[in-house]
Amino acid sequence: MAIKTPVSLNGALNVPEPAAAADRSAPTRPEAFDAVAAMPEQPAPSPKLQIRGLNVFYGTFRAVRDVDLAIPGRSVTAIIGPSGCGKSTFLRTLNRMHELIPGTRVGGSVRLDGADVYAADVDPVELRRLVGMVFQRPNPFPTMSIYDNVVAGVRLTGRRAKSELDGIVESSLRRAALWNEVKDKLKENGTSLSGGQQQRLCIARALAVDPEVILMDEPASALDPIATLRIEELIAELRETYTIVIVTHNMQQAARVSDQTAFFTMGDDRAGYLVEFGPTSRIFTNPQHQLTEDYVSGRFG
Amino acid sequence: MTTPMDTGAEAATRARLTGPRTASRRAVTDRLMRLLALVATLLCVLPLGAVLVFVTINGIGALNIDLLTKAPRALGNGGGALNAIAGTLQMVPLAALIAVPVGVAGGIYVSEFAGARAGRVVRFAADVLVGVPSILIGLFVFTFLVLPFKQFNAFAGSVSLALIMVPVILRTTEEMLGLVPRSLREGALALGIPVWRTVLSVVIPSGLGGILTGVMLALARAMGETAPLLFTALGSRLVNVGDFGRPMDALPLFIYMNARQPYEAQNQQAWGAAFLLMLMVLIINVAVRARTWGRQIGG
Repeated sequence: MAIKTPVSLNGALNVPEPAAAADRSAPTRPEAFDAVAAMPEQPAPSPKLQIRGLNVFYGTFRAVRDVDLAIPGRSVTAIIGPSGCGKSTFLRTLNRMHELIPGTRVGGSVRLDGADVYAADVDPVELRRLVGMVFQRPNPFPTMSIYDNVVAGVRLTGRRAKSELDGIVESSLRRAALWNEVKDKLKENGTSLSGGQQQRLCIARALAVDPEVILMDEPASALDPIATLRIEELIAELRETYTIVIVTHNMQQAARVSDQTAFFTMGDDRAGYLVEFGPTSRIFTNPQHQLTEDYVSGRFG
Repeated sequence: MTTPMDTGAEAATRARLTGPRTASRRAVTDRLMRLLALVATLLCVLPLGAVLVFVTINGIGALNIDLLTKAPRALGNGGGALNAIAGTLQMVPLAALIAVPVGVAGGIYVSEFAGARAGRVVRFAADVLVGVPSILIGLFVFTFLVLPFKQFNAFAGSVSLALIMVPVILRTTEEMLGLVPRSLREGALALGIPVWRTVLSVVIPSGLGGILTGVMLALARAMGETAPLLFTALGSRLVNVGDFGRPMDALPLFIYMNARQPYEAQNQQAWGAAFLLMLMVLIINVAVRARTWGRQIGG
């Protein structure tokens, strides 16, 4: 893959694409309710992201406690839970975005295709090219055109030929289901778009650097219902190619878009922890933990 | 559904709402305080208006082609302020050439790279430097750039003005970059863009308007400074073009010198120069405000 920047993680990162595609042979869509029984016993393919004993601290305050989670590749994993339970913090540790806040500390391990992303020789900049992120509020770069926004990630990380950039812009915008709406005004400012379009522009921007994992931090919570629907449709398409981890407050959204769901809540020490993880259909219809049942049935949160 | 009961309740409620004594006393106090605040506001704005009107009335008559195009002659019989105009138009740009890179780069460092403590120290130092009496800055530069050469020179004048400009530019740059939303930085970093590239291509362009404003305001301030030039550029009756190793005049120095003379003609030239200087500073300020009017950072 000539497009991909060489990564200093380790060889395991460059999993041949066909093998990864074959992993998806067992469907795990929410509507496949019979997967409930099959899921836990199934010999799981090695996960895209393996989180073990993860703790996150802000100074002396523990925000996330002892999370163990295996996120399978090419699927959508939803993270739900009440406000303040560390969902976003957890998400940010997956591409080390939390390091931008001074005083944060992480214990435990996060492995991407088996490679420890917290190893001393890992460059967080390279990690973020593999693990992209979409934020709650659309944040297109206000000084750049739509075109420049899409290629910001590739252009600002190295020189590219104009023709190559044109191709990246079109393919990224098409994959983000935005091409038809903006193809005639690529030179216009990114902030001239509607909120939903801006968010899809931000998704296109993330896709343009050709990541393998996309983290989404409540990507639709600032959008109206129709724009939300489009984002959800987009997520359903993207799961064919990417591993998506989405934090959401909206349980219906989690039920609609995700293959598996992780439920977090806050302990007595105000640290967030993982209560339950499993196929989305099971979490919502047959949760094994009382806290999960209370939450998904709307009794708290 | 109006019933007698309702009307009774309405009357009672209305009586309470329009409570006789307390309300009226409060209304009087309110008016009085508002009036006091208005008077105080007028007192604040008045000096600006007075200066503008006063300088314009006295200066506009003295402003003529000679003032703009001729060097001074003895006793101010004819001649003009070309020496001062040329001096200001050379020394201030050179000062900007020195101060803008230093101030902007310093502001970027404090905003983007310095730790909390280093940032506080630099910010504090810049604020103190802004507050240092400008004549002390003149004296400081005098000991470094005039005494060793035994020659007043325009370069020392530019350096003095630069020292006045640097903290202003540094602080505005830092503040403007601080207003750039964190979500933009995160958006860029999440794409795997390195920090330096994020600052250069995302953060700075978003704050550029504000940085330019700071630079322009610093320019306007330097243009009007007199004290730092007294011991450095000194002033000169000759039109000095390009020789920064010799004394050079500037508009504030010209006003200072000519206003002190006992001759009406020279006083008139001082008024003309004052009007000119005021116009230049005013134009810069108004241009800056007009440019940034209603514009928001990141918008």
